[in-house]
Amino acid sequence: MADELKLEIVTPEKMAFQGIVEEVTIPGTEGQFGVLKGHAALLSSVDIGELSFTQDRKKTYYAVNAGYAEVTATKVTVLVETAERYDLIDRERAQKARERAQEKLAKLSREDVEFEKVRVALLRAIARLNVAGKT
Amino acid sequence: MAALKDIKRKITAVHKTRQITKAMNMVAASKFKAAQTRMESFRPYAAKFMEVLNSLALRVDAGSHPLLAVREPERIRVICMTSDRGLCGGFNNNLLKAVERFIKAKLGEGRDVAILPVGRKGRDFFRKKAKIVNARTEVFGKFDMSLAVGISDDVIPPFIGEEYDELYLFYNEFVNVAVQKPAVVRLFPLPAIDRKEEIESSKRLDYIYEPSAKELLEKLLPMYVHVLIYRALAETVAGENGARMAAMDNATRNCEELIQSLTLKYNKVRQSAITAELMDIVGGTEALAKG
Repeated sequence: MADELKLEIVTPEKMAFQGIVEEVTIPGTEGQFGVLKGHAALLSSVDIGELSFTQDRKKTYYAVNAGYAEVTATKVTVLVETAERYDLIDRERAQKARERAQEKLAKLSREDVEFEKVRVALLRAIARLNVAGKT
Repeated sequence: MAALKDIKRKITAVHKTRQITKAMNMVAASKFKAAQTRMESFRPYAAKFMEVLNSLALRVDAGSHPLLAVREPERIRVICMTSDRGLCGGFNNNLLKAVERFIKAKLGEGRDVAILPVGRKGRDFFRKKAKIVNARTEVFGKFDMSLAVGISDDVIPPFIGEEYDELYLFYNEFVNVAVQKPAVVRLFPLPAIDRKEEIESSKRLDYIYEPSAKELLEKLLPMYVHVLIYRALAETVAGENGARMAAMDNATRNCEELIQSLTLKYNKVRQSAITAELMDIVGGTEALAKG
């Protein structure tokens, strides 16, 4: 039995987080799932959303972009294209991004090429705002 | 006497040039350092990514994915990654020549070729020479993954929509500070992923896949494109600044040489002017004494 769980959040720009945690909650594409130490090996894609983990009984939140997570009994590696900690998110910018995306989306129809792109941008902005709202 | 003044002026001018090239060298050096850090911090991501992609490819056949579709290469697109700014030696020129050769060969075969320049130098070069789509300039000052994603969004949908059949990426491969090599990768159709790690895979953990391995692989393929493009971007920036460092170092050295030879010349001219003046005076006094 593994006695601790290591978490690594890797983005192209940097190692966003690295450390021993008690629990991780990952926004998988098939639904959110939690990981404790000793988890079965799992490979899941990660959706745009909110990732959280507990370290020393304190919860930390990250807004993550699409990617995937690799889980083994002792280690969780999350590879995402961006990851922002809740207290480092620029709320104003996220707010503006959301408004912009909503406006654009209202004008587009589902068949437009742009539609998917704007929809993803909107999801991202919403995720960032949600995470930024945590304390 | 005019010659003396001219030389002096020239020396001052070269001095100033040297100051500029030296400053540019130092700016390039610090930018290079940042670019190198970026490349290094990308490495764990890329390595991990490839590991998972390979292990997935071993388990499922991605043969039917639209990004792997092989078609008769009638219409070709080329991403041409250059720097935005010049004064970096042969960095851009070597690459542009390679791209131009490639295009000529393809046009010769009767293919249709369009260019997607990334970086101002590439766009300026091909503006009148070739068909350009989705040009991106002034992007290298500050960029992140979203730039790579943006470029991918320009190229993936039209490829899937069969608007073109092949995509090549030309960029400067970063060998070391002094050496950059023009390199080309075929992006689409994506080359089949290496499957030769068969033996090692038996040692691997058996994962639970969520969603299925096949779906997961399909999700990862576009991200693989992001990784490839991002790496090329990072190498371009590092290479550009490395090349500029070398070029500016050379320029500074040339300036110093020039200053040295000019100073020598200046002293010679000055000396001969003094000698001539002395001769005049001596000649004058002798004439007076005789009279």
